[in-house]
Amino acid sequence: MAYNKPLPAPTPETQEYWDGLKRHELRIQRCRDCSRHYFYPRPFCPHCYSRNVEWTTVSGKGKLHTFVINYRPARGFESDVPYVIAIVELDEGARMMTNLINVQPDPQHVTADMPVEIVYDDVTPEVTLPKFQPARR
Amino acid sequence: MPAPDSRALRHKVAIVGAAETDTVGLLPNHSMLHLHAESAFNALDDAGLTLADVDGLATAGPSPVQLSEYLGIAPTWIDGTSVGGGSFLIHVGHAVAAIAAGYASVVLITHGESGRSRVGVVGAGGGAGGNQTPGGQFEAPFGVFGPPSTFSIPIVRHMKRFGTTEEQFAAVAVATRAWAVKNPRALMRAPITVEDVLNSRLVAWPLHLLNCCVVTDGGGALVLVGEDRARDFPKKPVWVLGRGEAGAHSNISQMRDFTQWTHGIAAGENAFHMADIDRSAIDHAMFYDAFTHTPVYALEALGFVKPGEGGPFMAEMHTAPGGDFPMNTNGGGLSYTHTGMYGMFAIQESVAQLRGEAGERQIRDAKIGIVHAPGGFFASVSTLILGNE
Repeated sequence: MAYNKPLPAPTPETQEYWDGLKRHELRIQRCRDCSRHYFYPRPFCPHCYSRNVEWTTVSGKGKLHTFVINYRPARGFESDVPYVIAIVELDEGARMMTNLINVQPDPQHVTADMPVEIVYDDVTPEVTLPKFQPARR
Repeated sequence: MPAPDSRALRHKVAIVGAAETDTVGLLPNHSMLHLHAESAFNALDDAGLTLADVDGLATAGPSPVQLSEYLGIAPTWIDGTSVGGGSFLIHVGHAVAAIAAGYASVVLITHGESGRSRVGVVGAGGGAGGNQTPGGQFEAPFGVFGPPSTFSIPIVRHMKRFGTTEEQFAAVAVATRAWAVKNPRALMRAPITVEDVLNSRLVAWPLHLLNCCVVTDGGGALVLVGEDRARDFPKKPVWVLGRGEAGAHSNISQMRDFTQWTHGIAAGENAFHMADIDRSAIDHAMFYDAFTHTPVYALEALGFVKPGEGGPFMAEMHTAPGGDFPMNTNGGGLSYTHTGMYGMFAIQESVAQLRGEAGERQIRDAKIGIVHAPGGFFASVSTLILGNE
């Protein structure tokens, strides 16, 4: 069945991020001046405003920072309800929105600060989305 | 010129007209622009003025030029700041400076939204926008669907850091409903309990249905003038004593700290600096309640309680009728009305309390009120301090 959920469209400053995901690499940016990683991609550091930034490949490991368990589906998500919309804080410090998958969508099983790891979800031939699951021990 | 200080504009501009649409709730026979116009006519009537007297116009939703066209006016000062439900508080702050500068003498600020019936909706809506925007690339693919799935994202972090509970958030809905019982215009007037909130259906855990605002049609408008003529109107002026505003993110995933409203702190401090009063001077509060957690974040950001104390404070029912911190006395967005950009109604209730027009829910001797609102999902923030002396 055709993928009918919202799909991202890269812009020049985000192309490397989406290309990386397609290769199953998580590529985010880091500031060479203040050493902090940040997300989403842009050609300067939103922490110290330096334009001296670089792309880095990161581990895809992190912690579940906060989340909701969503019962009112967005278009295309009707059969996924309930699903976890999550903010993951990567080990490198940057935060991103994602879905937590391969877990029971229940506050007994989904808890703040639980360790998580990336799952590369090839949703179309062109687009891979970064999803996360509980880290394997 | 010495460095400007906002305190110079304290008590220089007043609200002399304030009104809502004739009714609020379900208004399928009103287009969005009609709601603006009905609000404008009612507020101008309240001040004994007409559209011919208006030389400044501010609105959000439709642009001020779309509204000028519809009203048939050509104002010489316009403000189209449209950053969500608190935009009208920001307009008030901007109008103070504009009137003090002589850019305008009679400023009309309007809100109207066919939030429930969706009739004749004009202007840019919210949402992630196209799929090339930051929201379109980094949030929409994960199934966010409107405010219940985004505004709610910070809650679990507040619970994790401070131990805030679902019962404490539910108490906000209970206290606010107790005020709605006293407001004949409120949409939801049957008393509720914490159990009712927790047993209502799940929307986006930890949000249940009764943690969420209602969805309605309606509008409201304000008329502001300078000190030179503020006492020449039928009703006692309500003075703008302080204002603050800030903006920091648009997408919830970019909120800097999910446990506190950091730019809300800045807006509040600026408002209290301008008003030159202490927190203890506040008699009445309107904290925009799109969801039960938003007033908790507001209480903490404004310094009425320490970080993390907002949940227990709400559970102790300080904000309910008879409590020592009357808040959201119209029944709030949770129970009174919420058209989409509720900030206008929060201002209206503050004005009603300061005029002594709040009927059964009137706070005795209310002299100073505070209004505080988010726009978007904690994205923009605005604070007003109003007084009647």
